[in-house]
Amino acid sequence: MASRYDRAITVFSPDGHLFQVEYAQEAVKKGSTAVGIRGTNIVVLGVEKKSVAKLQDERTVRKICALDDHVCMAFAGLTADARVVINRARVECQSHKLTVEDSVTVEYITRFIATLKQKYTQSNGRRPFGISALIVGFDDGGIPRLYQTDPSGTYHAWKANAIGRSAKTVREFLEKNYTEDAISNDDDTIKLAIRALLEVVQSGGKNIELAIIRRNQPLKMFSAKEIELQVSEIEKEKEEAEKKKSKKTG
Amino acid sequence: MALLEVCGAPRAWAAPAAAAAAGSARGSDPGHYGFSARAPELAVPRGMQPTEFLQSFGGDQERNVQIEMAHGTTTLAFKFQHGVIVAVDSRATAGTYIASTRTNKVIEINPYLLGTMSGSAADCQYWERLLAKECRLYYLRNGERISVSAASKLLTNMVSQYRGMGLSMGSMICGWDKKGPGLYYVNENGIRLSGDMFSTGSGNSYAYGVLDSGYRPDLSPEEAYDLGRRAIVQATHRDSYSGGVVNMYHMKEDGWVKVESKDVSDMLYQYREASQ
Repeated sequence: MASRYDRAITVFSPDGHLFQVEYAQEAVKKGSTAVGIRGTNIVVLGVEKKSVAKLQDERTVRKICALDDHVCMAFAGLTADARVVINRARVECQSHKLTVEDSVTVEYITRFIATLKQKYTQSNGRRPFGISALIVGFDDGGIPRLYQTDPSGTYHAWKANAIGRSAKTVREFLEKNYTEDAISNDDDTIKLAIRALLEVVQSGGKNIELAIIRRNQPLKMFSAKEIELQVSEIEKEKEEAEKKKSKKTG
Repeated sequence: MALLEVCGAPRAWAAPAAAAAAGSARGSDPGHYGFSARAPELAVPRGMQPTEFLQSFGGDQERNVQIEMAHGTTTLAFKFQHGVIVAVDSRATAGTYIASTRTNKVIEINPYLLGTMSGSAADCQYWERLLAKECRLYYLRNGERISVSAASKLLTNMVSQYRGMGLSMGSMICGWDKKGPGLYYVNENGIRLSGDMFSTGSGNSYAYGVLDSGYRPDLSPEEAYDLGRRAIVQATHRDSYSGGVVNMYHMKEDGWVKVESKDVSDMLYQYREASQ
Protein backbone atom coordinates (compact mmCIF):
# COMPACT_ATOMS: atom_id res chain seq x y z
CA MET A 1 0.00 0.00 0.00
CA ALA A 2 2.83 2.36 0.92
CA SER A 3 4.42 2.07 -2.51
CA ARG A 4 1.45 3.68 -4.24
CA TYR A 5 1.68 6.78 -2.09
CA ASP A 6 5.35 7.53 -2.08
CA ARG A 7 5.88 8.52 -5.71
CA ALA A 8 4.92 12.16 -5.80
CA ILE A 9 5.30 13.57 -2.33
CA THR A 10 2.39 15.94 -2.64
CA VAL A 11 0.06 13.02 -2.16
CA PHE A 12 -1.25 12.02 1.25
CA SER A 13 -1.78 8.35 1.93
CA PRO A 14 -5.28 7.31 3.05
CA ASP A 15 -4.16 7.20 6.66
CA GLY A 16 -2.66 10.66 6.53
CA HIS A 17 1.04 9.94 5.98
CA LEU A 18 3.46 11.77 3.75
CA PHE A 19 5.68 8.83 3.05
CA GLN A 20 8.49 10.76 1.39
CA VAL A 21 8.84 12.88 4.51
CA GLU A 22 8.96 9.79 6.68
CA TYR A 23 11.56 8.19 4.42
CA ALA A 24 13.58 11.39 4.70
CA GLN A 25 13.46 11.00 8.46
CA GLU A 26 14.81 7.48 8.02
CA ALA A 27 17.70 8.91 5.99
CA VAL A 28 18.42 11.21 8.92
CA LYS A 29 18.54 8.25 11.27
CA LYS A 30 21.30 6.81 9.13
CA GLY A 31 23.50 9.89 9.50
CA SER A 32 26.20 10.27 12.13
CA THR A 33 25.15 11.48 15.55
CA ALA A 34 25.09 15.15 16.47
CA VAL A 35 24.40 16.55 19.92
CA GLY A 36 23.58 20.08 21.01
CA ILE A 37 23.51 21.49 24.52
CA ARG A 38 22.30 24.87 25.74
CA GLY A 39 24.27 26.01 28.76
CA THR A 40 23.96 29.20 30.78
CA ASN A 41 26.72 31.19 29.07
CA ILE A 42 27.70 28.78 26.35
CA VAL A 43 26.15 26.62 23.62
CA VAL A 44 27.87 23.44 22.51
CA LEU A 45 27.60 21.34 19.36
CA GLY A 46 29.27 17.97 19.05
CA VAL A 47 29.23 15.55 16.14
CA GLU A 48 30.46 12.06 15.55
CA LYS A 49 33.07 12.14 12.85
CA LYS A 50 33.00 9.24 10.44
CA SER A 51 36.46 7.79 10.07
CA VAL A 52 38.05 9.10 6.91
CA ALA A 53 39.93 7.08 4.34
CA LYS A 54 43.70 7.17 4.54
CA LEU A 55 44.20 9.38 1.53
CA GLN A 56 41.34 11.74 2.33
CA ASP A 57 42.00 15.23 3.65
CA GLU A 58 40.21 15.35 6.97
CA ARG A 59 39.67 19.07 6.98
CA THR A 60 37.26 18.98 4.04
CA VAL A 61 34.73 17.02 6.05
CA ARG A 62 32.98 19.60 8.20
CA LYS A 63 29.68 18.86 9.84
CA ILE A 64 29.49 21.95 12.01
CA CYS A 65 29.07 25.17 10.03
CA ALA A 66 28.78 28.80 11.00
CA LEU A 67 25.70 30.53 9.63
CA ASP A 68 26.75 33.93 10.98
CA ASP A 69 29.02 35.26 13.72
CA HIS A 70 26.60 34.30 16.46
CA VAL A 71 24.79 31.26 15.02
CA CYS A 72 26.01 27.87 13.91
CA MET A 73 24.46 24.55 13.04
CA ALA A 74 25.21 20.85 12.90
CA PHE A 75 23.21 18.36 10.87
CA ALA A 76 22.54 14.66 10.51
CA GLY A 77 21.65 13.10 7.18
CA LEU A 78 22.59 13.78 3.57
CA THR A 79 25.63 16.03 3.44
CA ALA A 80 24.83 17.36 -0.02
CA ASP A 81 21.34 18.43 1.06
CA ALA A 82 22.85 20.13 4.09
CA ARG A 83 25.18 22.13 1.87
CA VAL A 84 22.22 23.61 0.00
CA VAL A 85 20.33 24.46 3.17
CA ILE A 86 23.38 25.97 4.85
CA ASN A 87 24.09 28.11 1.82
CA ARG A 88 20.55 29.46 1.69
CA ALA A 89 20.63 30.10 5.44
CA ARG A 90 23.90 32.02 5.16
CA VAL A 91 22.50 34.23 2.41
CA GLU A 92 19.37 34.82 4.47
CA CYS A 93 21.44 35.86 7.51
CA GLN A 94 23.14 38.55 5.45
CA SER A 95 19.95 39.50 3.64
CA HIS A 96 18.28 40.05 6.99
CA LYS A 97 21.17 42.23 8.12
CA LEU A 98 20.93 44.21 4.91
CA THR A 99 17.20 44.86 5.15
CA VAL A 100 16.65 45.13 8.87
CA GLU A 101 20.12 46.28 10.02
CA ASP A 102 20.06 43.74 12.81
CA SER A 103 21.55 40.24 13.04
CA VAL A 104 19.10 37.38 12.80
CA THR A 105 17.76 35.86 15.98
CA VAL A 106 18.36 32.12 16.27
CA GLU A 107 14.61 31.59 16.11
CA TYR A 108 14.30 33.58 12.90
CA ILE A 109 16.93 31.64 11.00
CA THR A 110 15.53 28.36 12.35
CA ARG A 111 12.09 29.39 11.13
CA PHE A 112 13.59 30.24 7.75
CA ILE A 113 15.27 26.85 7.45
CA ALA A 114 12.11 25.08 8.59
CA THR A 115 9.99 27.02 6.10
CA LEU A 116 12.46 26.14 3.36
CA LYS A 117 12.24 22.46 4.27
CA GLN A 118 8.45 22.60 4.36
CA LYS A 119 8.31 24.13 0.89
CA TYR A 120 10.07 21.08 -0.45
CA THR A 121 7.43 18.81 1.08
CA GLN A 122 4.67 20.58 -0.77
CA SER A 123 5.77 20.90 -4.36
CA ASN A 124 5.79 18.37 -7.11
CA GLY A 125 8.88 16.96 -8.65
CA ARG A 126 11.04 17.59 -5.61
CA ARG A 127 11.94 15.48 -2.63
CA PRO A 128 12.31 16.76 0.93
CA PHE A 129 15.74 17.64 2.34
CA GLY A 130 17.13 14.56 4.07
CA ILE A 131 18.59 16.36 7.05
CA SER A 132 17.74 17.32 10.59
CA ALA A 133 19.58 20.32 11.92
CA LEU A 134 20.63 21.51 15.36
CA ILE A 135 20.93 25.28 15.37
CA VAL A 136 22.61 27.04 18.27
CA GLY A 137 23.51 30.59 19.04
CA PHE A 138 22.94 33.67 21.15
CA ASP A 139 20.29 36.32 20.59
CA ASP A 140 20.83 40.04 20.88
CA GLY A 141 20.02 40.09 24.58
CA GLY A 142 22.66 37.41 25.23
CA ILE A 143 20.12 34.61 25.62
CA PRO A 144 21.43 31.17 24.52
CA ARG A 145 19.23 29.15 22.16
CA LEU A 146 19.11 25.64 20.74
CA TYR A 147 16.62 24.62 18.05
CA GLN A 148 16.10 21.42 16.13
CA THR A 149 14.50 21.12 12.69
CA ASP A 150 13.50 17.96 10.85
CA PRO A 151 12.71 17.10 7.20
CA SER A 152 9.00 17.80 7.64
CA GLY A 153 9.71 21.44 8.38
CA THR A 154 8.81 21.53 12.06
CA TYR A 155 11.10 23.11 14.59
CA HIS A 156 11.28 23.12 18.36
CA ALA A 157 13.44 24.69 21.02
CA TRP A 158 15.42 22.33 23.22
CA LYS A 159 17.63 22.47 26.29
CA ALA A 160 19.65 19.58 24.90
CA ASN A 161 19.05 17.21 22.02
CA ALA A 162 20.64 14.69 19.72
CA ILE A 163 19.94 13.70 16.11
CA GLY A 164 21.22 10.98 13.82
CA ARG A 165 22.27 7.43 14.29
CA SER A 166 22.02 6.76 18.01
CA ALA A 167 19.99 9.79 18.88
CA LYS A 168 17.73 7.88 21.24
CA THR A 169 20.57 6.59 23.40
CA VAL A 170 22.19 9.99 23.57
CA ARG A 171 18.91 11.72 24.36
CA GLU A 172 18.27 9.30 27.21
CA PHE A 173 21.74 9.99 28.56
CA LEU A 174 21.06 13.72 28.35
CA GLU A 175 17.70 13.41 30.07
CA LYS A 176 19.42 11.69 32.97
CA ASN A 177 22.42 13.98 33.15
CA TYR A 178 21.23 17.46 32.11
CA THR A 179 20.89 19.19 35.44
CA GLU A 180 21.35 22.75 36.63
CA ASP A 181 24.61 21.57 38.19
CA ALA A 182 25.85 19.97 35.01
CA ILE A 183 25.54 23.22 33.02
CA SER A 184 26.54 25.55 35.84
CA ASN A 185 29.80 26.45 34.14
CA ASP A 186 31.17 26.35 30.59
CA ASP A 187 33.65 23.57 31.19
CA ASP A 188 31.03 21.24 32.61
CA THR A 189 28.67 21.92 29.71
CA ILE A 190 31.41 21.00 27.24
CA LYS A 191 32.14 17.84 29.22
CA LEU A 192 28.47 16.90 29.21
CA ALA A 193 28.38 17.10 25.42
CA ILE A 194 31.50 14.97 25.07
CA ARG A 195 30.26 12.43 27.60
CA ALA A 196 26.99 12.18 25.71
CA LEU A 197 28.82 11.50 22.45
CA LEU A 198 31.23 9.04 24.06
CA GLU A 199 28.22 6.87 24.88
CA VAL A 200 27.77 6.02 21.23
CA VAL A 201 31.02 6.83 19.48
CA GLN A 202 33.59 4.13 19.02
CA SER A 203 37.29 4.78 19.61
CA GLY A 204 36.72 7.87 21.78
CA GLY A 205 37.98 11.39 21.22
CA LYS A 206 39.44 10.79 17.77
CA ASN A 207 36.00 10.56 16.24
CA ILE A 208 34.47 13.62 17.88
CA GLU A 209 34.21 17.11 16.46
CA LEU A 210 33.24 19.90 18.84
CA ALA A 211 32.30 23.54 18.54
CA ILE A 212 31.22 26.12 21.09
CA ILE A 213 29.88 29.64 21.08
CA ARG A 214 30.34 31.72 24.19
CA ARG A 215 28.23 34.81 24.72
CA ASN A 216 29.51 37.72 22.53
CA GLN A 217 32.26 35.58 21.05
CA PRO A 218 32.52 33.95 17.65
CA LEU A 219 32.30 30.24 16.96
CA LYS A 220 35.26 28.22 18.24
CA MET A 221 36.06 24.83 16.76
CA PHE A 222 38.00 22.56 19.10
CA SER A 223 41.22 21.08 17.80
CA ALA A 224 41.85 17.37 18.13
CA LYS A 225 44.29 18.07 20.96
CA GLU A 226 41.77 20.10 22.95
CA ILE A 227 39.20 17.33 22.56
CA GLU A 228 41.72 14.73 23.70
CA LEU A 229 42.40 16.88 26.74
CA GLN A 230 38.71 16.99 27.65
CA VAL A 231 38.31 13.25 27.04
CA SER A 232 41.26 12.38 29.28
CA GLU A 233 39.86 14.65 32.02
CA ILE A 234 36.51 12.89 31.71
CA GLU A 235 38.18 9.50 31.96
CA LYS A 236 40.10 10.63 35.02
CA GLU A 237 36.89 11.83 36.65
CA LYS A 238 35.27 8.50 35.81
CA GLU A 239 38.14 6.58 37.41
CA GLU A 240 37.98 8.68 40.54
CA ALA A 241 34.23 8.22 40.77
CA GLU A 242 34.68 4.45 40.44
CA LYS A 243 37.44 4.41 43.05
CA LYS A 244 35.16 6.23 45.47
CA LYS A 245 32.40 3.73 44.80
CA SER A 246 34.65 0.73 45.32
CA LYS A 247 36.01 2.29 48.53
CA LYS A 248 32.49 2.59 49.87
CA THR A 249 31.53 -0.96 48.99
CA GLY A 250 34.96 -2.57 49.43
CA MET B 1 15.07 38.13 0.11
CA ALA B 2 16.80 41.40 -0.68
CA LEU B 3 20.28 40.00 -1.31
CA LEU B 4 18.96 37.16 -3.42
CA GLU B 5 17.34 39.61 -5.81
CA VAL B 6 20.25 42.02 -5.80
CA CYS B 7 22.62 39.24 -6.83
CA GLY B 8 20.91 38.98 -10.22
CA ALA B 9 21.71 35.39 -11.09
CA PRO B 10 19.14 33.90 -8.72
CA ARG B 11 16.34 35.14 -11.00
CA ALA B 12 16.67 31.96 -13.00
CA TRP B 13 17.99 29.79 -10.22
CA ALA B 14 15.29 30.67 -7.72
CA ALA B 15 12.55 30.62 -10.35
CA PRO B 16 11.32 27.11 -9.47
CA ALA B 17 11.25 28.02 -5.78
CA ALA B 18 9.46 31.28 -6.44
CA ALA B 19 7.03 29.68 -8.85
CA ALA B 20 6.25 27.02 -6.34
CA ALA B 21 5.90 29.53 -3.53
CA ALA B 22 3.82 32.09 -5.40
CA GLY B 23 1.67 29.49 -7.02
CA SER B 24 1.21 30.30 -10.66
CA ALA B 25 1.53 34.05 -10.20
CA ARG B 26 4.55 34.33 -12.42
CA GLY B 27 3.22 31.98 -15.03
CA SER B 28 -0.26 33.34 -15.44
CA ASP B 29 0.57 37.05 -14.89
CA PRO B 30 -2.70 38.55 -13.64
CA GLY B 31 -1.93 41.79 -15.45
CA HIS B 32 -2.33 43.94 -12.33
CA TYR B 33 -0.22 44.82 -9.33
CA GLY B 34 0.09 41.99 -6.86
CA PHE B 35 0.35 43.25 -3.31
CA SER B 36 2.83 40.68 -2.11
CA ALA B 37 6.15 42.15 -1.05
CA ARG B 38 7.79 38.76 -1.57
CA ALA B 39 8.07 39.12 -5.31
CA PRO B 40 7.79 42.88 -5.67
CA GLU B 41 6.62 43.91 -9.08
CA LEU B 42 6.62 47.44 -10.35
CA ALA B 43 3.16 48.95 -10.72
CA VAL B 44 3.96 50.58 -14.04
CA PRO B 45 1.78 50.25 -17.14
CA ARG B 46 3.27 48.04 -19.80
CA GLY B 47 5.19 49.77 -22.49
CA MET B 48 5.58 52.96 -20.46
CA GLN B 49 9.03 54.36 -19.84
CA PRO B 50 8.47 56.85 -17.03
CA THR B 51 12.17 57.45 -16.40
CA GLU B 52 12.85 58.65 -19.93
CA PHE B 53 9.66 60.68 -20.05
CA LEU B 54 10.53 62.54 -16.88
CA GLN B 55 14.16 63.03 -17.79
CA SER B 56 13.09 64.79 -20.94
CA PHE B 57 11.06 67.25 -18.89
CA GLY B 58 13.29 67.78 -15.94
CA GLY B 59 16.97 67.94 -15.26
CA ASP B 60 19.25 70.52 -16.77
CA GLN B 61 17.73 70.74 -20.21
CA GLU B 62 16.43 74.06 -21.42
CA ARG B 63 12.79 73.61 -22.15
CA ASN B 64 9.64 75.63 -22.02
CA VAL B 65 7.93 73.05 -19.89
CA GLN B 66 9.76 71.89 -16.82
CA ILE B 67 8.34 69.38 -14.37
CA GLU B 68 9.70 70.10 -10.96
CA MET B 69 8.77 67.98 -8.02
CA ALA B 70 8.69 70.30 -5.05
CA HIS B 71 7.73 69.26 -1.54
CA GLY B 72 5.28 71.97 -0.55
CA THR B 73 5.09 71.74 3.20
CA THR B 74 7.06 72.12 6.40
CA THR B 75 7.73 69.17 8.64
CA LEU B 76 10.36 68.76 11.29
CA ALA B 77 11.56 66.30 13.87
CA PHE B 78 14.37 66.38 16.41
CA LYS B 79 15.76 64.15 19.14
CA PHE B 80 16.42 65.47 22.61
CA GLN B 81 16.96 64.00 26.04
CA HIS B 82 13.30 63.11 26.54
CA GLY B 83 12.70 61.48 23.16
CA VAL B 84 11.72 62.83 19.76
CA ILE B 85 9.54 65.82 18.87
CA VAL B 86 7.63 65.71 15.60
CA ALA B 87 5.90 68.83 14.29
CA VAL B 88 4.19 69.35 10.95
CA ASP B 89 2.01 71.92 9.25
CA SER B 90 -1.31 71.03 7.65
CA ARG B 91 -1.59 72.79 4.30
CA ALA B 92 -2.06 70.82 1.08
CA THR B 93 -1.55 72.74 -2.16
CA ALA B 94 -2.12 71.97 -5.81
CA GLY B 95 -0.01 74.60 -7.51
CA THR B 96 -1.19 77.90 -6.05
CA TYR B 97 -4.55 76.49 -4.96
CA ILE B 98 -4.87 75.52 -1.30
CA ALA B 99 -6.56 72.17 -1.47
CA SER B 100 -6.85 71.65 2.27
CA THR B 101 -5.98 73.58 5.39
CA ARG B 102 -6.28 70.60 7.67
CA THR B 103 -4.43 67.68 6.14
CA ASN B 104 -2.93 65.08 8.39
CA LYS B 105 0.75 64.84 7.52
CA VAL B 106 1.69 62.38 10.23
CA ILE B 107 0.83 58.72 9.89
CA GLU B 108 0.57 56.80 13.13
CA ILE B 109 2.07 53.48 12.07
CA ASN B 110 1.86 51.91 15.52
CA PRO B 111 2.04 53.25 19.08
CA TYR B 112 5.84 53.38 18.77
CA LEU B 113 6.31 54.54 15.17
CA LEU B 114 5.38 57.71 13.36
CA GLY B 115 5.91 58.74 9.75
CA THR B 116 5.75 62.31 8.42
CA MET B 117 4.80 63.25 4.89
CA SER B 118 6.05 65.91 2.54
CA GLY B 119 5.89 66.03 -1.21
CA SER B 120 3.08 64.47 -3.14
CA ALA B 121 0.28 63.70 -0.72
CA ALA B 122 -0.77 60.68 -2.74
CA ASP B 123 2.71 59.16 -2.80
CA CYS B 124 3.26 59.73 0.90
CA GLN B 125 -0.07 58.37 1.99
CA TYR B 126 0.16 55.31 -0.21
CA TRP B 127 3.70 54.26 0.56
CA GLU B 128 3.49 54.98 4.25
CA ARG B 129 0.29 52.99 4.56
CA LEU B 130 2.06 50.15 2.76
CA LEU B 131 4.88 50.54 5.27
CA ALA B 132 2.36 50.31 8.11
CA LYS B 133 1.12 47.04 6.64
CA GLU B 134 4.65 45.66 6.45
CA CYS B 135 5.37 46.75 10.03
CA ARG B 136 2.27 44.95 11.24
CA LEU B 137 3.22 41.79 9.32
CA TYR B 138 6.70 41.97 10.80
CA TYR B 139 5.22 42.06 14.29
CA LEU B 140 2.95 39.10 13.59
CA ARG B 141 5.72 37.03 12.05
CA ASN B 142 8.48 37.79 14.54
CA GLY B 143 6.66 38.41 17.79
CA GLU B 144 8.35 41.73 18.37
CA ARG B 145 7.95 45.24 17.04
CA ILE B 146 10.00 46.30 14.04
CA SER B 147 12.96 48.57 14.76
CA VAL B 148 13.00 52.14 13.44
CA SER B 149 16.03 51.41 11.25
CA ALA B 150 14.29 48.39 9.72
CA ALA B 151 11.06 50.29 9.10
CA SER B 152 12.88 53.13 7.36
CA LYS B 153 14.90 50.59 5.37
CA LEU B 154 11.71 48.89 4.19
CA LEU B 155 10.32 52.23 3.04
CA THR B 156 13.52 53.11 1.21
CA ASN B 157 13.65 49.73 -0.50
CA MET B 158 10.07 50.02 -1.67
CA VAL B 159 10.51 53.51 -3.01
CA SER B 160 13.97 53.05 -4.54
CA GLN B 161 12.55 50.71 -7.15
CA TYR B 162 10.69 53.68 -8.61
CA ARG B 163 13.68 55.98 -8.68
CA GLY B 164 13.48 58.45 -11.53
CA MET B 165 9.86 57.58 -12.23
CA GLY B 166 8.38 60.67 -10.66
CA LEU B 167 7.65 59.80 -7.06
CA SER B 168 7.79 62.70 -4.66
CA MET B 169 8.11 61.81 -1.02
CA GLY B 170 10.17 63.20 1.83
CA SER B 171 9.43 61.38 5.01
CA MET B 172 10.81 61.14 8.50
CA ILE B 173 10.37 57.87 10.32
CA CYS B 174 10.46 58.40 14.07
CA GLY B 175 10.13 55.86 16.81
CA TRP B 176 11.40 54.35 19.98
CA ASP B 177 12.77 50.79 19.85
CA LYS B 178 15.26 48.57 21.69
CA LYS B 179 18.10 50.83 20.63
CA GLY B 180 16.40 53.94 22.00
CA PRO B 181 14.84 56.89 20.15
CA GLY B 182 15.22 56.67 16.38
CA LEU B 183 14.89 59.26 13.63
CA TYR B 184 15.44 58.61 9.94
CA TYR B 185 14.90 60.78 6.88
CA VAL B 186 13.87 58.93 3.73
CA ASN B 187 13.10 60.40 0.34
CA GLU B 188 12.14 59.44 -3.21
CA ASN B 189 15.76 59.52 -4.39
CA GLY B 190 16.50 56.58 -2.16
CA ILE B 191 18.36 58.58 0.48
CA ARG B 192 18.08 57.30 4.04
CA LEU B 193 19.77 59.24 6.80
CA SER B 194 19.81 58.80 10.53
CA GLY B 195 20.13 62.03 12.47
CA ASP B 196 19.24 64.14 15.46
CA MET B 197 17.32 66.82 13.60
CA PHE B 198 15.61 67.04 10.24
CA SER B 199 13.25 69.41 8.52
CA THR B 200 11.70 68.74 5.14
CA GLY B 201 9.59 70.60 2.63
CA SER B 202 9.58 74.01 1.02
CA GLY B 203 9.57 75.71 4.40
CA ASN B 204 12.45 73.74 5.83
CA SER B 205 15.04 76.50 5.62
CA TYR B 206 12.91 78.78 7.79
CA ALA B 207 12.32 75.97 10.25
CA TYR B 208 16.04 75.12 10.38
CA GLY B 209 16.79 78.75 11.20
CA VAL B 210 14.59 78.65 14.28
CA LEU B 211 15.61 75.12 15.26
CA ASP B 212 19.32 75.67 14.95
CA SER B 213 19.23 78.83 17.05
CA GLY B 214 17.16 77.32 19.83
CA TYR B 215 18.18 73.67 19.98
CA ARG B 216 19.94 72.06 22.93
CA PRO B 217 19.95 68.32 23.61
CA ASP B 218 18.98 68.98 27.23
CA LEU B 219 15.75 70.85 26.54
CA SER B 220 12.81 70.21 28.84
CA PRO B 221 9.66 68.86 27.16
CA GLU B 222 7.93 72.24 27.39
CA GLU B 223 10.92 74.01 25.86
CA ALA B 224 11.07 71.42 23.11
CA TYR B 225 7.38 71.86 22.32
CA ASP B 226 7.88 75.60 22.17
CA LEU B 227 10.85 75.21 19.83
CA GLY B 228 9.02 72.91 17.45
CA ARG B 229 5.93 75.09 17.52
CA ARG B 230 7.89 78.23 16.82
CA ALA B 231 9.81 76.65 13.96
CA ILE B 232 6.66 75.57 12.15
CA VAL B 233 4.88 78.87 12.80
CA GLN B 234 7.76 80.94 11.45
CA ALA B 235 8.03 78.67 8.43
CA THR B 236 4.33 79.01 7.66
CA HIS B 237 4.64 82.76 7.99
CA ARG B 238 7.20 83.00 5.17
CA ASP B 239 6.48 79.94 3.04
CA SER B 240 3.27 80.16 1.05
CA TYR B 241 3.01 76.42 0.71
CA SER B 242 2.83 75.87 4.45
CA GLY B 243 0.09 76.85 6.86
CA GLY B 244 -2.96 75.67 8.74
CA VAL B 245 -2.25 74.19 12.14
CA VAL B 246 0.83 72.83 13.89
CA ASN B 247 0.35 69.15 14.66
CA MET B 248 2.86 68.12 17.28
CA TYR B 249 3.74 64.69 18.62
CA HIS B 250 6.16 63.64 21.37
CA MET B 251 7.75 60.18 21.01
CA LYS B 252 8.48 58.81 24.47
CA GLU B 253 9.88 55.50 25.68
CA ASP B 254 6.38 54.09 26.17
CA GLY B 255 5.02 55.39 22.86
CA TRP B 256 4.01 58.64 21.24
CA VAL B 257 1.52 61.21 22.51
CA LYS B 258 -0.16 63.88 20.45
CA VAL B 259 0.80 67.09 22.16
CA GLU B 260 -1.34 69.64 20.39
CA SER B 261 -2.93 70.95 17.22
CA LYS B 262 -2.60 74.75 17.26
CA ASP B 263 -3.58 77.25 14.59
CA VAL B 264 -0.49 79.02 13.21
CA SER B 265 -2.05 82.47 12.81
CA ASP B 266 -3.17 82.46 16.45
CA MET B 267 0.35 81.51 17.48
CA LEU B 268 1.87 84.21 15.28
CA TYR B 269 -0.23 86.93 16.95
CA GLN B 270 0.71 85.55 20.37
CA TYR B 271 4.40 85.73 19.53
CA ARG B 272 3.98 89.24 18.18
CA GLU B 273 2.17 90.42 21.29
CA ALA B 274 4.72 88.78 23.54
CA SER B 275 7.55 90.60 21.81
CA GLN B 276 5.85 94.00 22.01
